[in-house]
Formats: sequence, structure tokens, C-alpha cells
Amino acid sequence: MDSLNLWLILILGGLGTYLLRLSFILIFQHFKMPDFMERILRLVPPAVFSAIVLPELLVCDGSVQFSVTNLRLIAGLLAAVIALKTRNVLVTIASGMVILWLLQYLVPIFIR
Amino acid sequence: MNTSTRSQFLRGVRDLLPILLGVMPFGLIYGIAAVNAGIPPLQAFLMSSVVFSGSAQFAATQLIANGALATVVIFSIIVVNLRHVMYSATISPHFKGMTIGWKTFLSYLLTDEAFAMTVTRFNEEPEMPHKNWYFLGAGMALWVTWQASTAVGVFAGGQVPANWSLDFTIALTFLALSVPSIRDRSTAVAAVVGGVAAVLLRGMPFQLGLVTAAILGIAAGYGVDRWTR
Repeated sequence: MDSLNLWLILILGGLGTYLLRLSFILIFQHFKMPDFMERILRLVPPAVFSAIVLPELLVCDGSVQFSVTNLRLIAGLLAAVIALKTRNVLVTIASGMVILWLLQYLVPIFIR
Repeated sequence: MNTSTRSQFLRGVRDLLPILLGVMPFGLIYGIAAVNAGIPPLQAFLMSSVVFSGSAQFAATQLIANGALATVVIFSIIVVNLRHVMYSATISPHFKGMTIGWKTFLSYLLTDEAFAMTVTRFNEEPEMPHKNWYFLGAGMALWVTWQASTAVGVFAGGQVPANWSLDFTIALTFLALSVPSIRDRSTAVAAVVGGVAAVLLRGMPFQLGLVTAAILGIAAGYGVDRWTR
């Protein structure tokens, strides 16, 4: 990506984020958020986060790899279990990375 | 700053300290991931003060690494940050009576962590004096830590070899964030539809698949929400 586009992302992404933060503190401070908006907003994190994660785990070199040799899928599934149990972002990241490194080291030894 | 405003400022800083332990490595990982995604160090570092939002910065990094169109990256930053509208609405009653100057500046410091901590305290102690100074202390503590840890990450990022697979930390971050966001049937449907659609639509140019999949997920979740209500 060229430098002009990166600056655009910085400025517009930053401005947009700031306006969202300012929204009900200043801009709409005398309004109450409508019920349907509240219901839509709580669906944003699960939809967006899983749309980012799932392709990262399933897709390898452009095609879906639903197999045990897809190490990122295995590490990701185990990390999901850890996330469910601990509900801790850092523990999940750290253990997911360690699992991936272990798999990357061990699997080539057993599968030749 | 007089004694009582200073003590409220310092109280805000102190209350946020335990959270900083979790923020530091996160900023470090962002800095490393951003540089490894090919973002020049200056822009990678500035993103932390201009956007000042971990999850949006991670999403942008991921999209830039995959060659997304700038419009798609900007749109995704905004979609990822839509939750701040909820924070803004929730904390707004506690900011009543502050000057426009305070509201304008404190809004910039409204992050997941600062929001979660301060709103809990404000609800426990509705009559707390100088809420503006308290929030400023908490917000600034987080801001300084985020800038410093990002700077270290950006500096270290260039030295990390590619076979460490550190880009995987981005997927793991969002995995960890998505788990607590799934609380009932409609949020679960939003996650499943959003995720599966993103896999199916991955061929769309400029990473448009991500945004489309997120909208489909939100629509499906909203449908279930209305249906079951």
C-alpha cells in the first residue's frame, strides 16, 4: 500500500473513531439511543471478529483446508477452548502461539 | 489542579494500573505485527495515537497485509469501533455538566478499558467529585502505556524473523475477543454467519468480503433477535 493511502487510513479512520466516541457524549447528548440501534450494536463485535478469524484459520494459500495438517486451524480451535475457559485475551494469545510453535516443530518429525 | 482534583486524577491512574499489565504486551504485539505487515514504522506508531483503538488497529493491520483497498480499511476501522457509540451513550450521564472542552478531550480517551473501569466506579459512587479529573487520570495512564508499548513493538518488529508466525497473534486476538461477545442465540448466529460468509466470500476483491460478511452476520443476528422476541 502506498503512503498516501496509509495517511488517508490514519486520518479518516482516526476521525471516524473519534466521532463515534464523541457521539452521545457531545453530539447527541440530549437524545436517548433507540432500542433497535442498541440491539444492532451488540451484534457488531461477534459478527466482525469471527469474520476476521475464521478465514485466517480455515484458508491456506487461497483454498479451504479442513484437515489435521492445517496447523493454524488446530492451534486456533485449542485456543478457542482456552478462551472459553479463561476468558483472558493475553492467556489465549500466549497459549495459542505456544501451541502453534509446538505443532510446527513436532508435526514435520512425525509426518514425513 | 488543586489538591482535590489532583487526588482524583491520581486515583484514576491508580485504579487503572492493574489493567496496564494486560495492555502492554498487546501494544507490543500490535507494533510487531504492524511492521511485519509492511506498514512503515512512522505510520504504524502514529496509528496508536490517531486511532487509539487496539482492535481496530489489529483489523487494519490484517487488511493492509492482505492488500485491501484503503476505503475498505477505513470502513472496517469504523465498523470495529461502532461499539464506542454504546460506551459514549452509557458514560454520557456522568459527563453531564462538564464544559465542552472537557467533553471533547475526554471523548478521545474513551477506550474499552478506560470505559469498563471508570463506569464501574462511577456507578458504585454516583456522587464522586471531579469525575472529569478521575477519568482523565485513567485515560492518560492508558494512553501513555499504549504509545510506549507500541513504540517498543514497532522498533522490535523489524528484528523478528518471519518463521516465528507472529501474524497469527492477530487471529488469536480476535478469537479471544469474540468469545465473550457471544452471549445468546442472536449473537451466536451473528458470529457463525459472519465467519462462514467471510470464508465463502474471501475471493471478493480488495477484502470487500470481510465487510460484506460482517453485514450479513449482523443482519442474520438481528433477524433471529426479532424472531425470538
